[in-house]
Amino acid sequence: MQLQTMAAEKLSHAAPPADAAIAIDDVTLRFVTPDGHMMTAIRDFTMTVARGEFACVVGPTGCGKSTTLNLVTGLLRPTTGNVRVMGNPVTDISRDIGFVFQADALFPWRSVIDNVAAGPLFRGTPKAQAYDKARDWIARVGLARFEKHYPHQLSGGMRKRVALAQTFINQPKILLMDEPFSALDMQTRTAMQDELLGLWSDQKASVVFVTHDLEEAVALADKVYVLTAGPGTVKSVYRIDLPRPRVMADIRYDPKFIEIAKVIWNDLREEVQLGQSQGLQASH
Amino acid sequence: MTAISPTEQAAARATSIVVAEAQARARLRKRHTLVIGLRLAILVALLGLWELGADYNIIDPFFFASPSGIWEQIWSWVTEGTSQGPLWLQIYVTLEETFLGFVIGALGGIAAGIVLGRNKLLADVFSIYIKIANSVPRVVLGSVFIIALGLGMASKVALAVVMVFFVVFANAFQGVREADRAMIANAQILGASPFQITTSVIIPSAMSWILASLHVSFGFALVGAVVGEFLGAKQGMGLLISTAQGAFNANGVFAAMIILAVMALVVEFLITRFENYVVKWRPAPFNEQGA
Ligand SMILES: Nc1ncnc2c1ncn2[C@@H]1O[C@H](COP(=O)(O)OP(=O)(O)OP(=O)(O)O)[C@@H](O)[C@H]1O
Ligand SMILES: [Mg+2]
Repeated sequence: MQLQTMAAEKLSHAAPPADAAIAIDDVTLRFVTPDGHMMTAIRDFTMTVARGEFACVVGPTGCGKSTTLNLVTGLLRPTTGNVRVMGNPVTDISRDIGFVFQADALFPWRSVIDNVAAGPLFRGTPKAQAYDKARDWIARVGLARFEKHYPHQLSGGMRKRVALAQTFINQPKILLMDEPFSALDMQTRTAMQDELLGLWSDQKASVVFVTHDLEEAVALADKVYVLTAGPGTVKSVYRIDLPRPRVMADIRYDPKFIEIAKVIWNDLREEVQLGQSQGLQASH
Repeated sequence: MTAISPTEQAAARATSIVVAEAQARARLRKRHTLVIGLRLAILVALLGLWELGADYNIIDPFFFASPSGIWEQIWSWVTEGTSQGPLWLQIYVTLEETFLGFVIGALGGIAAGIVLGRNKLLADVFSIYIKIANSVPRVVLGSVFIIALGLGMASKVALAVVMVFFVVFANAFQGVREADRAMIANAQILGASPFQITTSVIIPSAMSWILASLHVSFGFALVGAVVGEFLGAKQGMGLLISTAQGAFNANGVFAAMIILAVMALVVEFLITRFENYVVKWRPAPFNEQGA
């Protein structure tokens, strides 16, 4: 069979291997709410991403997906448990990490080329070299004619491509993506997914890709993590054995793909319903 | 059936676009002329009514001046100089005080706004003092400054500084606080140091707030300088007004007022130019796009 289901319990107690790109080991994170209460965002969370692996994370809204990514960057610290990146505990923001944000995070006062060159410039690359590199990356995402444009002069899909170039130019060994394509239309999204897989296979990065679109997750990933409704923890992990290279426009009609998506959806559905009823309760 | 060749069609479409564009441009020009014409007409009507009212003593020119009287006053200041020296010297003195006060106050306000906006502890500690200082009526400080700093330039500059500082500070602080968190996180992950974050994310995103306050605060600086001169000075437009007031010379008061207004308008124009230059990345409002 193409599909193996691993029980989440089995994983959460096995300590992650030391050489994993990302190892989140039994982490709980609580926020202090403005009225002084503690609010658990994720609990007993264990996740391992091997080097070069493409992992997708799906789960109901508010279950802690963005929080998980922020733990890997070091922007958030776990309340208990520990997070290791490339074998080292996360202490500071690592230079190995690239992050494509859920919201538009380009600098609106910088032109496309200045946005893309930002990373190397921040990191002290000489100006001429940084701009050469930026020009190269802008061409690779197909925006060579738009170097001098400002973000507000671009379409949503073009802005996302600038964001990809801005992140990829640093050649991150670890790539974190928070629902990067959820605001795009179907055609643009398919094109961007192909582009992403191309860039990923060139760069050999380890990827954590958060999405609420299960089909997107199955189409892209080596491994799909399904999270429970908040406070989130890993419900199950699925290995996706669809052959690569994958073509996004065709893969959704592949019977194997449909079968896998169906199995995972049955698992995810309960959590989504639970998440919705929690949301309703919270609003009463 | 006759087929229309695509090239013919395209050519026809192109000419029709050119014609439509020319028409649209002509319409715009006509409208522009109309607006300017109406503005001039209103000015002429108002001045004419004022002048007639003064001639027929409906408006008492002794108290309310008259356009011709104001013009004569300005002309005599320009050609013969004022009682305290040449007119350009008065303008120069006031402008110098205003500019110094404006620059010092604005730079101080921007610096304080960025430091407090970036540091929560400092903001919590100092916010109470800033509120207290801000609630003191500024003009009263003018008297304090004249006693402490004398009748020279320093007291006027000081008053202009306090007029400007709080406005710019409040805006810079707010602008820093509103800086997008995702954008800051993005810069951090791309590799920016805290200093780089301040210079390349915080300051640019606070820039529109700061520039908005500069518009208002130049006017405030001018008020500070003129009020300072009013309270006690040897030179300047404020002194000119206060001398004219002492002599019940309504024409003189109005004339000085008009000169000040022209000064303010010129500087306002320069600030707008500067603003457009600095924030050229900002999207044009929809109704101006493509114009
Ligand atoms: N800074 C914060 N302070 C307090 N609570 C927070 C904070 N950030 C997130 N939370 C809470 O933690 C929980 C998880 O948030 P998170 O943003 O990780 O959800 P998510 O899975 O990314 O949701 P979505 O799919 O809607 O983006 C939410 O209930 C949220 O209210
Ligand atoms: Mg999220």
